Amino acid sequence: MKLYELGLETLRQQLHEGLILETGPFRSRIVSHAPEVLSGLWRLYGEFPIHTGGFCDFHVRVDRVSGLRRWWRPQITFGLDGGEPFKPLPADHAFASLEWGLNWCISGHAHHYLMLHAAVLERNGLAVILPGEPGAGKSTLTAALVLSGFRLLSDELALIDRDDGLLVPLARPVNLKNASIDIIRAFSPGAVMGELAHDTHKGTVAHLKPPADSVARMAEKALPAFIVFPRWKADAAPRLTPHSQADAFMHAATHAFNYDLLGRLGFDLNAAMVDRCECFDFEYSRLSEAVRIFSDLVS
Amino acid sequence: MRLSDSILLRALREPAGMKGYDPETWDLLVRQAHGAGLLGRLGALVRAHGLDNALPKSVLRHLHAMLSIADRQRTAVHWEVHHLADAMEGIQGRVLLLKGAAYAAANLPPAEGRTFSDIDILVPKRLLPEVELRLTVAGWVTTHRDSYDQRYYRKWMHELPPMFHLERETSLDVHHGILPETARIRTRPDLIIEAALPLPGYGNIYIPCQADQILHSATHLFHEGEWWHGLRDLSDLDCLLRSYGCLPDFWATLLARARALNLLGPLGYALRLTRTLLDTPIPVEMLKLTRSSFRRSFMDALFRHGMGAAHHSLATPLTRPSEFLLYIRSHWLKMPLHLLLPHLLYKATRKEEIA
Repeated sequence: MKLYELGLETLRQQLHEGLILETGPFRSRIVSHAPEVLSGLWRLYGEFPIHTGGFCDFHVRVDRVSGLRRWWRPQITFGLDGGEPFKPLPADHAFASLEWGLNWCISGHAHHYLMLHAAVLERNGLAVILPGEPGAGKSTLTAALVLSGFRLLSDELALIDRDDGLLVPLARPVNLKNASIDIIRAFSPGAVMGELAHDTHKGTVAHLKPPADSVARMAEKALPAFIVFPRWKADAAPRLTPHSQADAFMHAATHAFNYDLLGRLGFDLNAAMVDRCECFDFEYSRLSEAVRIFSDLVS
Repeated sequence: MRLSDSILLRALREPAGMKGYDPETWDLLVRQAHGAGLLGRLGALVRAHGLDNALPKSVLRHLHAMLSIADRQRTAVHWEVHHLADAMEGIQGRVLLLKGAAYAAANLPPAEGRTFSDIDILVPKRLLPEVELRLTVAGWVTTHRDSYDQRYYRKWMHELPPMFHLERETSLDVHHGILPETARIRTRPDLIIEAALPLPGYGNIYIPCQADQILHSATHLFHEGEWWHGLRDLSDLDCLLRSYGCLPDFWATLLARARALNLLGPLGYALRLTRTLLDTPIPVEMLKLTRSSFRRSFMDALFRHGMGAAHHSLATPLTRPSEFLLYIRSHWLKMPLHLLLPHLLYKATRKEEIA
């Protein structure tokens, strides 16, 4: 069953008792009374499968804190199976906090995978990995590519399966920050986004709804083919230049969440991935040009 | 529900039964095991019983993840002990690894899948100044810079203030006893050091002999003030007892050691609780060590309820009160009141330092 089939009222009830949401290989049981979580899930997760029982990877809760802060400048807190790993946030950051919380659940626990801090997209069976230095425009580029027919695997977490070395999709919403929200709205006026959360530690954030096709195919792993280091530069003409594989390997190793932890396995997975990939630096200023270059790359 | 009926304890008692668990059962079991710090052990049991293919894929991924963490820690311990051996080369005495570090470095029965946070060592008290100097030269520094804390550790405790390594950021607890200087029970760390076994390939690094591994683990557990990891430590004891229990003369040696070290009390608790909760095979005469009494039953119940703190589904209405009593008890055992009260008063009123 898909989430939208519940209808808004039933979804609200389910969230009080525990909604089991499937995103890629993970099932999360979400409990929340926060209206922001309800509307966020309703708006952005409609196409995702939901379940009524079985094994859940993460038991999470996003709810108002108790005590004074329940009413005065209300705060919410993210809970994982009874524990509260983070400091409370303002109540209107509830949905963003669920998104970040779920990312943290994965990056902190899913060591079955080698986890890189990178976006992953796919087209024609070829996956493109975009490692992101903060401010490089990774999320904006990811959103633009996804809105132009690329399949979304993830905007933040590249998961490499230890069993087959393939990239594992999550297909969750793309987290956009500050100026990129309006840039994407201008790029694709029809794009569906969640409500804005202001003054978070990342500034103003909003999430972009993943395409139905990406969600429908979230069990389909992808073969790594390209590693592209994007860099947005004002007025730059789009330019794809070769990047050394050795450097790409080191970059992945140092920006992975669990490269050290996996030891030899981490080395082998990383090496196999880089061996399969052509690596590039990519400088751009206009999204439409970037989309054209990427489409050529995977054609 | 009684702790012994919980799915976590059932799985630990009968690992082979895990192949029949449905996804709902796994959902609870993985969470309980994670809370108790036993997910890695569960993974090790699954591996040892060849159950990989009988488990849901998603469960297996969690177990693999935890085993990866445990393997990584094991590699790290070997590396750390290697440095420790270098730092202690030529010192006139033995340096013992305790608990988690000893299990990992010597590949003892509880090692598989076990995670831990720091390395504990035991050295003769007379060597303490030299050990501390050598460690400092090799890059370990003390954590508590406050003079009260330094005095507290050095005068009353059985260990130096925790140290950590400046480059590797690993932490190290240097003990000269297994109980505080001020503790109610007096034991003989010198005998533990004397009977220790060398760790091949690591200079004068040693581990406690088999009986002492059990006595130390039991003493540590039953003097503990925080009980959420009680089940993990109890399961360590179960692993040790199961694998050493069939060695010739083991039980007689264990009993003699407990008498010599004055640790019959903790051993009694350990044997009864592992027997009741984990079905550890223990000879009947060993269980008769301590006479049954109201006090004994009360303490057993306190430990059982305290261990429920590992996960909210294991907790009973008595878990919180038990945890509180065990916390008070741990302090009571550590120090006589004329030392304890001023210490707690100082701790409660001291302003937080600005780091």
